Amino acid sequence: MDVAPCERPPAGRSYRGKKHLRHDANHQMTALATYPRPSMTDDSEAWLRRLRGPAAERDAAVADLHALLLRAAHHELSRRQIAGPDRDDLAVQAAGDALVAVLAKLDTFRGASRFTTWAYKFALLEAGVKARRRAWQGREIPLADDAWGAFADPGPSAHDSATTGELLRAIRTAVETELTDHQREVFVALALQEVPIDVLAERRSTTRGALYKTLHDARRRLRAALADHDLGAIS
Amino acid sequence: MNDRDMLARMLGPDGPEVTCEECFERLDEYVDAELAGRDPEGAVPGMAAHLAGCPACREEHESLRELVSDEPS
Repeated sequence: MDVAPCERPPAGRSYRGKKHLRHDANHQMTALATYPRPSMTDDSEAWLRRLRGPAAERDAAVADLHALLLRAAHHELSRRQIAGPDRDDLAVQAAGDALVAVLAKLDTFRGASRFTTWAYKFALLEAGVKARRRAWQGREIPLADDAWGAFADPGPSAHDSATTGELLRAIRTAVETELTDHQREVFVALALQEVPIDVLAERRSTTRGALYKTLHDARRRLRAALADHDLGAIS
Repeated sequence: MNDRDMLARMLGPDGPEVTCEECFERLDEYVDAELAGRDPEGAVPGMAAHLAGCPACREEHESLRELVSDEPS
């Protein structure tokens, strides 16, 4: 992929070396098929025409786009119940970062959705990542040894059934015996302690995608180790 | 959180799923398909499984769907 000089990846993600891959049921990464795309709407074509137009037209379109992204950022932050000056600051930052990303990626928009839907997602990502990181500012990620505290097994009656209690114990054993140290660390942080993936990515200097791939592989190992258990209820 | 939710969070979806990168790349297409009454999983196979397994991508999906659905069509 060509990367424009001003382009930077959205927060917590990387555009570099991105391939269209999918985790398949056999734990492989396979190339995606090509799907038919709907034709571009008149509204989307108008956005592209204005954003690629003469300076005055383009400047007006960029201002309109920024307003759209700012609205989306406020929407995201409002959902997270962030209010007041903090919300305004985060929204402005998120809209600005999203605007840079949208303009840098403009040539990749193919009309598979409306232009506004496509643009909104950049603002929602930026606002969401900023909000999650803000919520964890100054907080340490809990130690792995403490992770199972919330799942301490006080006896079969505390669970929906004896079967799930037994399954939880089997998962704990499999986490200790089947996962690599890295898989265990990522699994415990994301699946047990509910550390936001973007926060963990920032602390580990990695990306959301890389961490999720590790979590995915860990889950596959755990499912394989639990082959003798009935997992039908959670499949 | 009940036991079923807790187990689902640990073990994730069973079956093929897209990556976080592809999820972001095609989230707009998926949401527009949903809101237009088309088959979103047909448009982006493996997306539903990923949204079940990745809380951050799921939040973005819910937020985008809500934002777009509030707009005049």
